Amino acid sequence: MRGYVLKKVGWSIGTLLFVVVFNFFLFRLLPGDPIGLYTRGRNMSPDQLVRLRQQLNRPISEQFVEYLGNPFASTINSTRFNRPVWDIIGERVWPTVLLVGTAVLVAAVVGVWLGIRSGWRRGSRFDRITTGTTNTLYAMPEFWVGMMLIMWLPFFPSGGINSVGVSGFFATAVDTAWHLVLPVTALAVVYLAEYTSIMRASLVDELRQDYLTLARAKGLREDLVRRRHAVPNALLPTMTLIFLNLGFVIGGAITVEYVFSWPGLGLLTAEALRGPDIPLLQAVFLLFSLGVIVFTLLADLLYAVLDPRVSTR
Amino acid sequence: MSLLELRDLSVTYAGDVPAVRGVSLGVAPGEVLGVAGESGCGKSTISNAVLRLLPKSARVGGSVLLDGEDVYEMSFGRLRAVRWATASIVFQGALHSLNAVQTIGRQIAEPILLHEPKTSRKAADLRVGELLEQVGLPARRAKDYPHQLSGGQRQRVMIALALACKPRLLIADEPTTALDVMVQAQVLQLLTGLVKDLGLALVLISHDLSVLGTTCDRVAVMYAGKVVEEGPASVVFDDSRHPYSGALAGAFPRVGDPRFRYAPAGLAGDPPYPGDLPPGCSFHPRCPVAFDRCVSEEVELLDLGAGRRAACLRAGEGS
Repeated sequence: MRGYVLKKVGWSIGTLLFVVVFNFFLFRLLPGDPIGLYTRGRNMSPDQLVRLRQQLNRPISEQFVEYLGNPFASTINSTRFNRPVWDIIGERVWPTVLLVGTAVLVAAVVGVWLGIRSGWRRGSRFDRITTGTTNTLYAMPEFWVGMMLIMWLPFFPSGGINSVGVSGFFATAVDTAWHLVLPVTALAVVYLAEYTSIMRASLVDELRQDYLTLARAKGLREDLVRRRHAVPNALLPTMTLIFLNLGFVIGGAITVEYVFSWPGLGLLTAEALRGPDIPLLQAVFLLFSLGVIVFTLLADLLYAVLDPRVSTR
Repeated sequence: MSLLELRDLSVTYAGDVPAVRGVSLGVAPGEVLGVAGESGCGKSTISNAVLRLLPKSARVGGSVLLDGEDVYEMSFGRLRAVRWATASIVFQGALHSLNAVQTIGRQIAEPILLHEPKTSRKAADLRVGELLEQVGLPARRAKDYPHQLSGGQRQRVMIALALACKPRLLIADEPTTALDVMVQAQVLQLLTGLVKDLGLALVLISHDLSVLGTTCDRVAVMYAGKVVEEGPASVVFDDSRHPYSGALAGAFPRVGDPRFRYAPAGLAGDPPYPGDLPPGCSFHPRCPVAFDRCVSEEVELLDLGAGRRAACLRAGEGS
């Protein structure tokens, strides 16, 4: 077990190093004058320009070492907001965590439940309706779902995280929850479809296994056969997928956050791309990669806890 | 009185595939009945049919009497109570029959806690330890997961699991397949010991005649879903009345017996696909002594006296 954890952590650190290096050189390869990109649309004194140019004129190796020393600190401010990039990201992270976290939670719970019900009674009416619906939902782009929701459900706020003039902790919380409904629905609906079909497929796979015949032969009721034996085994691939997805979901929320003007990382990325705001983009890319790496690691570790076979293999 | 009695049992799988066609067998307490035959002859289907474990799409005819009670007439509640408490199965393929994400201790304790709800968890754990030691595994292995055991150990876990609720009938489906000879001997000794000590009725399903010949009281030889010969284990293979049992016995040569040195061993051809059986006696295309009547006449089991039955038109001719 310890060897397994060390190996997985080691791989994650290796991947992170690669991303850091790639992230540094990728932005150095962009065509054009970086000073022009960094300062576009802003009034800067010749003095400031000279200082910035001096910063960028140092040997690339020197800049790289400095970047490696602390990749999460940018020496150059965001061009769009003219503030340190990590301050901006710090403000925007929590709305995204709230949005994506809620959506994944809702999608995982409902999706797993639907998957179990339809997989266990494969071919039933419930299964056919669920499979048809989820396949349709899976084919729909999130942002389009978001736009349709805004059109069809006009009594929910169409954007933002809070209404103007709401104060007090409790009132703000209720107001935020109210604002969350549509964007969470748009995101959850698409992930729900994925989780349902994965859970259904892995449960259907388990149904043919001999250990379920043994469980029945022991005299267990059908619901216990399902709950104690089939579902825990079928959950393994689904849990991994949910965790792997969490990493990508942060980046995937871009379109939904944009449609609902949700002040999170996704919207920030969209705004940064318009500049383009190079320092901000660089930081956001690093964060997204970090998200994928961390959640992949979590998925691996979780799998080892759930499935005793993994850590000894 | 027989503990288990199959009366004209037939099982037809979806797509009109008859896997078992009218099998009548019985086994009494303290008796070991062997069921022999090539793969696909319906042996495992019978073992699953006894506890009603066949897929829903399978059609079952005839009756299965367990202690005089028809298993297929039982309510589901009664059936669940009978499963494992009266009759249990040592399933084939221990690796896939055990749940990979539960410790074996938990899996053995599960039927105990289910059928004897008053048992405390602690008492159940003690029983699990005893059961494991009974099959020659240290009690501490209860904490292990199936993948941490060797194939032979897993097979013994399956036997411990089958004994968990002190059943009166044990159906062992190929319990020694894929085991090396030493472990095979241990497992068989264990099973026959249990029959003697506890008065269990044991149905031993195997394709290995050397296993059946040494452990069983009576043997039934199956071919294409039917019993073709039945009788005391000592005579069925030495003095077989059906050419198929003769051919099976011939495929296991005995060292030092000159008969096996010159007689061609084995049997040409393959067993027929259950969905496409030949007319008449289904063995006739492979039979060395078949004649014209075999092609058209369906042969039923004939009583030959001395507890022997055979389904062959030439059975009365003697050998």
